[in-house]
Amino acid sequence: MTRIFIPRETTAGSLGAELLVKAIETEAKYRNLDVEIVRNGSRGACWLEPLVEVETAKGRVGYGPVTSEDVADLFDNDFLNGGKHANSLGNVEELDWFKNQQRLTFARCGIIESTNVAEYKSLGGFVGLKNALATDQDGIIQEVLDSGLRGRGGAAFPTGIKWRTVADCEADQKYIVCNADEGDSGTFSDRLIMEGDPLSLVEGMTIAGLAVGATEGYIYLRSEYPLTRIILEDAIANAETAGYLGKDIQGSGKDFTLEVFMGAGAYICGEETSLLESLEGKRGQIRFKPPLPAIEGLYGKPTVVNNVISLASVPVILEKGGKHYAEYGQGRSLGTMPFQLGGNIKKGGLVEVGFGLTLRQLIENFGEGTATGKPVRAIQVGGPLGAYFPESLMDTPLDYEEFAKAGGMLGHGGVVVFDDSVNMAKQARFSMEFCSVESCGKCTPCRIGSVRGMEVIDRIVAAESAEERESEHIVLKDLCDTMESASLCAMGGLTPIPVMSAVKHFPADFNL
Amino acid sequence: MQQLAGQITYQDWDLEKARELASEFADRTGGVMIALHKIQETFGYVDDTAMAMLGKVFNLSRAEVHGVTSFYHDFRRHKPGKYTVKVCQAEACQAMGSYQLTEKIKSFLGTDFHGTSEDGNFSLEAVYCLGNCACSPNIMIDQQTYGRVTIEGFKALADSLVKEAV
Ligand SMILES: Cc1cc2nc3c(=O)[nH]c(=O)nc-3n(C[C@H](O)[C@H](O)[C@H](O)COP(=O)(O)O)c2cc1C
Ligand code: SF4
Ligand code: FES
Repeated sequence: MTRIFIPRETTAGSLGAELLVKAIETEAKYRNLDVEIVRNGSRGACWLEPLVEVETAKGRVGYGPVTSEDVADLFDNDFLNGGKHANSLGNVEELDWFKNQQRLTFARCGIIESTNVAEYKSLGGFVGLKNALATDQDGIIQEVLDSGLRGRGGAAFPTGIKWRTVADCEADQKYIVCNADEGDSGTFSDRLIMEGDPLSLVEGMTIAGLAVGATEGYIYLRSEYPLTRIILEDAIANAETAGYLGKDIQGSGKDFTLEVFMGAGAYICGEETSLLESLEGKRGQIRFKPPLPAIEGLYGKPTVVNNVISLASVPVILEKGGKHYAEYGQGRSLGTMPFQLGGNIKKGGLVEVGFGLTLRQLIENFGEGTATGKPVRAIQVGGPLGAYFPESLMDTPLDYEEFAKAGGMLGHGGVVVFDDSVNMAKQARFSMEFCSVESCGKCTPCRIGSVRGMEVIDRIVAAESAEERESEHIVLKDLCDTMESASLCAMGGLTPIPVMSAVKHFPADFNL
Repeated sequence: MQQLAGQITYQDWDLEKARELASEFADRTGGVMIALHKIQETFGYVDDTAMAMLGKVFNLSRAEVHGVTSFYHDFRRHKPGKYTVKVCQAEACQAMGSYQLTEKIKSFLGTDFHGTSEDGNFSLEAVYCLGNCACSPNIMIDQQTYGRVTIEGFKALADSLVKEAV
């Protein structure tokens, strides 16, 4: 029996993986060959999907990208024994694209059958939980503090400090809420880990529950990810069966239950207070802060709200120690970050490395430039509220503080590349449009300002004289100042960042 | 192993059936959201008559239920076409020509966003990121995402779906 790995994962699926599974099954039957198809996640090399790997006597051999049309050919070339084919990759871990990464959070992703507890455990899974059960709340929180882990959802707040706050609250009920809304365009790391190694999120949330004394957890998942939901629910059921979730976890006397909750297509519900409103079944309107969710969160109870990657990084921190994790990265940006290379890029996908690599190294060494082969002109880092950088800022190190110094933000680590056909006035206008579509409507600078913003940008571009253009430019600057200072949350508050960075770095596109 | 649903056939609106579906979630965290999803999955949309019914089930005013339903882009108030096509309008897809693709899809289906093709087969919606940004441009049809979509690819796909539907 030969084991063949084909990802059950959105990217692979979007490029025909399910058809491929059927084609391989049919062909194997026809040729009377005994194969077992294992559904792993993606290793994150989206440019190689669907990536098929075969377990052979010489180790795992990869072929990619493969479509159902290649199947007969693959069998003819004896791919079940690692035979050569036009799409042969050899051992994919030896490809530079993987070898040059530092995978901690994604160490298992794409390697194991995604929801299989035994395979998860064979690669270090649940060791972190075991260590957590062997220590106390302070012990767990200290490891997380030592790791230097900062929230990967965007705001980069130290995870250990948030946990400390919740742990210190007296309450009859506390909650762990995982923010899996992943609304930022250009980002897909949350999805990849939830589809490829969902048990790491289950384990991370359970450890968070132990750390703060919470017994209930929710994963707030965006509705654009229906396959992710199925995989997560499989993983939760498997963890329950194996005694890693539910009552009396591993005989410890500790309980933790987990449930997936679906969002309904609202970007703003990624903001933590809006998310909590939504989870309570209400309109996703922003709450005033304070009180922080850590103190009054879900149903007014102390609540940890953490991003998927923050939580999925906890198992390896508890397994190998906070200090080990902190050996990666630099300055105040410690550990690794799963960057996501997307847009107009030749080799896009997930690149997990320690902080400190430059944007250029990421785009040129991993991404190998644009998909169209034209020069890179603009890069948006950190989602729709992140700055647009010109080519000249590509040597900025990927580090929270260094990026802030250059006028940008890392956010959730999404990197979207544009070639020289991009029109930056259109991009700036889109930022305003997106804000107007997704505003929760609570405050005027965001709700109305974004609509005015689109109009002003249109007038700048259409202006017939330099004076007219300049006076509209001043209106835009004033409007952005107001949005920045008078918006209740970062939706209205940060929309000026992509807009004004486009004006600053690409004035010609605005005829300025 | 559970897979994504293939073609979704919506049932005709039935308030009693909707009440039954919703009642199951009466005690759940955020139950009204779960109920709205369930109702839409079953009937393709949330009928006006569901507002008062959901209010009773979840102990909310009709206005509150309406407020929740209208806040979220997902919840529709009118019956959609057989298939719902969502075309990604966000940045990574823009960088790979999603606007041009969108225009071509609109003219092929003969409808703008929030509309339905005349034959009743396809409703068209905008979506902001499908989380497949390294394989842009992307679209989603019902529950299935498709990557690196071209207009030729879309036409072929649409044709095969129409055949499947009859
Ligand atoms: C408009 C807006 C959208 C956001 N979207 C997300 C999101 O999709 N996912 C996420 O994890 N955090 C998002 N955040 C950040 C959350 O508010 C919050 O900081 C985060 O969930 C905390 O988790 P972390 O500390 O682990 O990052 C968003 C914030 C804002 C203002
Ligand atoms: S800035 Fe926008 S999204 Fe944020 S609270 Fe105000 S209106 Fe709502
Ligand atoms: S921007 Fe289109 S899938 Fe992410």
